[in-house]
Order: sequence, then structure tokens, then C-alpha cells
Amino acid sequence: MSVAEATEAAARVAAPTGTARLTSPGSPDLATHLATFGPLPVRAGPAVLLDELRASGLEGRGGAAFPAWRKLAALPARERARGRRAVIVGNAAEGEPQSFKDATLLRVAPHLVIDGLLTVAAAVDAHSVHLYAQSSVLESVSRALAERRDARSIQLREAADSFISGEASAVVSALAGRSPVPQDRTMRLTESGLGGRPTLLNNVETLAHIALISRFGAAWFRSIGTPSDPGTRLVTVGSDGKSSTVLEIAGGSRLGDVLRFAGIDPGSLSAVLVGGYHGAWLPASALEARLDRQDLAVFGAAPGAGILMGLDARHCPLTVAAAIATYLAGESAGRCGPCVNGLPAMAAVLGRLARGDQDPALAAEVRRLAGLVTGRGSCNHPDGTARFVLSTLTVFAEDVAAHQAGRCRKDHS
Amino acid sequence: MTRDEPRTLLHIDWTRCDGRGLCTEILPELLTRDDWGFPLAPRHGSDVPVPDRLVDAAVEAVALCPRLALSLLQR
Amino acid sequence: MNEALWALGRSTGVVALALITVSVLLGIVNRSGRSPAGLPRFSVALVHRNVSLLATVFLGVHLLSLLGDSYAQLRLVDFVVPFLGAAKPFWLGLGTVAVDLLIAVVVTGLLRRRVGVRVFRAVHWLTYLLWPVALAHSIGNGTDAGQAWFVIFALACVASVGAAVLWRLTPGFVEFRSVRMEQRP
Repeated sequence: MSVAEATEAAARVAAPTGTARLTSPGSPDLATHLATFGPLPVRAGPAVLLDELRASGLEGRGGAAFPAWRKLAALPARERARGRRAVIVGNAAEGEPQSFKDATLLRVAPHLVIDGLLTVAAAVDAHSVHLYAQSSVLESVSRALAERRDARSIQLREAADSFISGEASAVVSALAGRSPVPQDRTMRLTESGLGGRPTLLNNVETLAHIALISRFGAAWFRSIGTPSDPGTRLVTVGSDGKSSTVLEIAGGSRLGDVLRFAGIDPGSLSAVLVGGYHGAWLPASALEARLDRQDLAVFGAAPGAGILMGLDARHCPLTVAAAIATYLAGESAGRCGPCVNGLPAMAAVLGRLARGDQDPALAAEVRRLAGLVTGRGSCNHPDGTARFVLSTLTVFAEDVAAHQAGRCRKDHS
Repeated sequence: MTRDEPRTLLHIDWTRCDGRGLCTEILPELLTRDDWGFPLAPRHGSDVPVPDRLVDAAVEAVALCPRLALSLLQR
Repeated sequence: MNEALWALGRSTGVVALALITVSVLLGIVNRSGRSPAGLPRFSVALVHRNVSLLATVFLGVHLLSLLGDSYAQLRLVDFVVPFLGAAKPFWLGLGTVAVDLLIAVVVTGLLRRRVGVRVFRAVHWLTYLLWPVALAHSIGNGTDAGQAWFVIFALACVASVGAAVLWRLTPGFVEFRSVRMEQRP
């Protein structure tokens, strides 16, 4: 089948309209998948895929928001010339407790993720293809893999159950049969990763978008969303009073709308944590902001892996933040000195502030410790934790002042 | 990157570093120690730019690190 | 001539033991991360290395000077394979064991970057075997073992290394230990 014929075959199935794209199949089986999206177009060659991804503006949905085309382009041609074909990894390790959009995607549309893996693998003539996912979705993924003959090359591996399990070097370490913790890196994984081969890690949602872009094109992808956040994205929305739901929204949707759509009244919140525990807070006054890079940058936040956690206005934000900081300190892999020592120290001082210790030096000490851990680890766990803590002090400055004056009347439980 | 920026970087492998303090003695212009004794480069994290005049000292620090936690990178 | 070689062999043996002892002490100071008497840590590390190399040189002279000795009747194989000697095979064998261990420790020390931290550290632990074996060899094989000066020297070695090892085992041994959390390897 030629490229034109393949595109025609795919075009026989109409592209999804509206915001339900990844989540449009009513059932996760292959027949529904094919009926919804049509067959996977015949491989169009790496240059075509690269151009299409570049035109689409798709950014990674695992948190780092690295342009998908650039990662693909980063695979060094000279490595292939030396016969070192690349390793492709689909990453669904979702250690973040506030996120389960990747698990949801693998339950709702596993075949899109598989299509994405196969598309990228074909484009780079991959050496091997891996899918790294938590135990809770292994069964649905295995069932999907068993349904098709073209997916036999995909090796499924159970992800470790820890906050940092999805960090790229931790995933590669786990796939290599070693401890699932981040490694020191002086080379990019796209230069030397699993077994020393160039390794391309993509979040599973990114792969699913790639599968759709290769079918329906960049223009279709951009027909929804904003220029700075084109397409749709999966978000996990919850609050400290309400359990989370996964939604597929148009890129650049307004935060308030997303919350309402998830059944949360923005008026009941004092702030929303955007980007999960490594993210930053947006105060209630800013909920008209769009969930895109531009609008969120002011607050030091980013859409990241699409995690929104509302904070009930009755709850003391410092108490909530101190609990999260303590959790994050406990989730350090324990290998890097500044992280091992700095995160518990930072969480402890924030905890003292939250519990009503009126020592006026506490806030400055939290800031000092945040500065001390930033950039000083083999992964970004200390950086993300410091970002979250600093955002807490900035956005909840009034609460900090109330605590230091001994007059915080919010719920501290 | 401007032309004057050092091309040599001192890379700290935090998974190996035990904060023994030798590097901070050899490179006092670049490194101090944090609250727990680990090397601290003000305004830099794991990759510390090394000015030309300190490259020899940095080479020595790399050789003497008891945990082999240091390496030099060229950008 | 034979007498001169014999004297050389004895004295270089004692000096090598003294240097190994000093190197062990410096190694323990090194491991503590502390700067003794305000000396820079890197200079302690360098002296530790150089003393070890010097000990190796003295040991080489010790072996060569005794090679032609009519009493010890050493063969080249005795430098490498222990417990084959003609005279006092056990005590001589301990010396051979010490030589083998020292070579392993010194070579992995010099090739640290090549062999990696794991191998380097594992082999370096053998020093705690090397030192008592060398001491036992000097007492069991040494002509001077009964002399008062040697007894005092040996006791001084034992006392200093013993004290250093006890210090090594105390909780406050490593600098910053009291303010640090446990780090995983």
C-alpha cells in the first residue's frame, strides 16, 4: 500500500471532532479502535513523521513538555550509521499520586499507545520497543497486545511503584534490570541509554497523540487548542476534598472551566496546584488563566503532566503543603546527599511553620534550603520539590504572615 | 553561551559524592560546602564552569576525589 | 657481601612495615573526612598514596636482597605463592601473602578510575588483612623479633593502628555524620 492509499484508508474513518480524541473509543478492544480511528497508516518514513510532528507543535505529556519532533530529531544519525539502532520506550510510570491519566489512557485506548510506539519504532528502525507501565494496567495492556500481530515486538515491563519511577534515567535503569532509581548522566539518553543505545523515551499520552497525528495530520491536531498549546490533553483534576477524575480537554482551556467540568466549584478553592507535587500554585484570583505555557509561566507553573489539585479554602495551605513536602522528602531515592539531607530539612522547617511555630526566621530558612537543594541531584526531584515549596511561600504569603502572628484560623487537620 | 564563558565543566555525580571535602579545598574559588559537607557551587548545580586558570586544579580534584564523583566535561 | 644483603633485607623489612603502618593510619584519617591539625585533606590523601608507594619500593628491596640469601633459600616462586618456602614456611608464607595483598591494593589504588569504585573499595578493605599479616610475618620471621627495640616498635604499631580502628568504629568518626541522613549507595 502506498502512502497515499494508506492515508486514504485512514481517511475513510472520519477524524474525531470535539475534545474527545484519545478518549473517543467506547471500548478498549481492537475492533472498536479500528472502527474509531481506522488502520495505522503504512510507515511514511522518518522525514515525513518528523515534519508532521514539527508542524503539529505536539509537546511531551510526561511533564517536561519537550517538543516531540525535537526528541525524535535528537537521535544521532551517526549512531545508526554505526549500527546502533535506537531503543523506543513508552513511559506510563505515573508515580505522582495526583495523576492517573496515563493509566486511564491505557485502559480506554491502549491501541492508540501501541500505534504510537509502532509508528515511532518504524520511523527510526528501532532495535527494540518497550512499554513501562504500572501493575494496575498490565492486564489491559497485555490483552490489547495479544489482540494484534504487529505488536509482538513490544516488550511490556512492570513499573516500580514510587514517585520518581517515571524519571527517564530511572526507567532505563529499571529496563536494564537494575534498581529503578535515577542515574547520574553526562550524556543524553538519545545519545546513550539502554544498553548504551540511543534511547527515545516518550510518555504514553504523547505516543497516542503521535498515532493520531500520523493518521489525521498536523492541521487536524491544531484545529483545537491554542497556538501555544495545540491539540487536546488529558488532565487529572481533583481537590483535597474530592477524588480526582481524568478529562480530555482542549489545550489552553481556562482553569476555572476545567475545574467546573470536573464538578469542582472554583469559588470553594483558595488555590489550585498545577503540575502536581513538583508544580506550582495558582491563587483563586488567577483561575481565569489558561492551562498553557504562557499563562502559567507567570506563576512558575506549566501544564506538565496535566495535574490539577484544588485546595479547599477552609483548609490551611501550609499544613497541606508541609504534608506534601514531607511525602516528597520520603520519596527521595536516597542517593544524592543534598536531596537526602536537604528535603527532610526543608519539609521539617515548613512543618514547624505550619504547626504555628512563630520563629520569624522560618520562612527565610525554607527559602535558603530550597536554594540549597536546587540543581544538586542526579534528577529533578530536589528541584521540583523546591519549586513547590517556594510557590507555597509566595502564593500563600498571607497565610505565612498569619501563622507567624499566631492568627491562622483555618482547618489544620 | 557567550565567548567568555568557560568551556570546561566540573561535573559532580551526586550519586557517588560523599562530601569528603577534598575538592572544596583544591578549588576554594569554585566550591564551598553546604550544611552537610557536600560541595556547593554558588549559582551552579551539578555542572560547574571552570575558568581556564583553574583547569589544572580541577584536573587534580578529579584525580583525588576519593569517591570518583568528579569528571570534566567539555561543552 | 652476604652479610650486607642480610642486613639490608632485615632493615628494609622493618621500614616497609613502619611505612605500611603509617599508610594505614593516614588511610583511616582520610576516610574520616577530617583535616588533622588543620592540614588540607588532599595533602593527607597524597601523603597516604606516596607513603604506600614508598612502602612498596622498600618491600621490593626487601625481597631482592633476600633472594640470594643462603639461610632463607628463597626462590622467585616464594615471592608470589605462599607457604612453599624451605625455611620457616609458615612465617615466610605470611610475608608472601602480605606481598600479594599489597600489590593488589596498590595496583587497584593506582588504577582506581580504570577498575571503578566498587572494585577499588572491595580490594582496599583487604588492607585490614594485609597489615596484621605483615606484622605477624615480621614477628615470626624477623631476626630481630626478640630485640627490645623491635618489641617496642611492634607494640607502637599495634597500639596506633588499634586506636585508629577503635576511632573508626565510633559513631562520630565521619565528619558531618551527626548532621547527615543515611545515604543509599
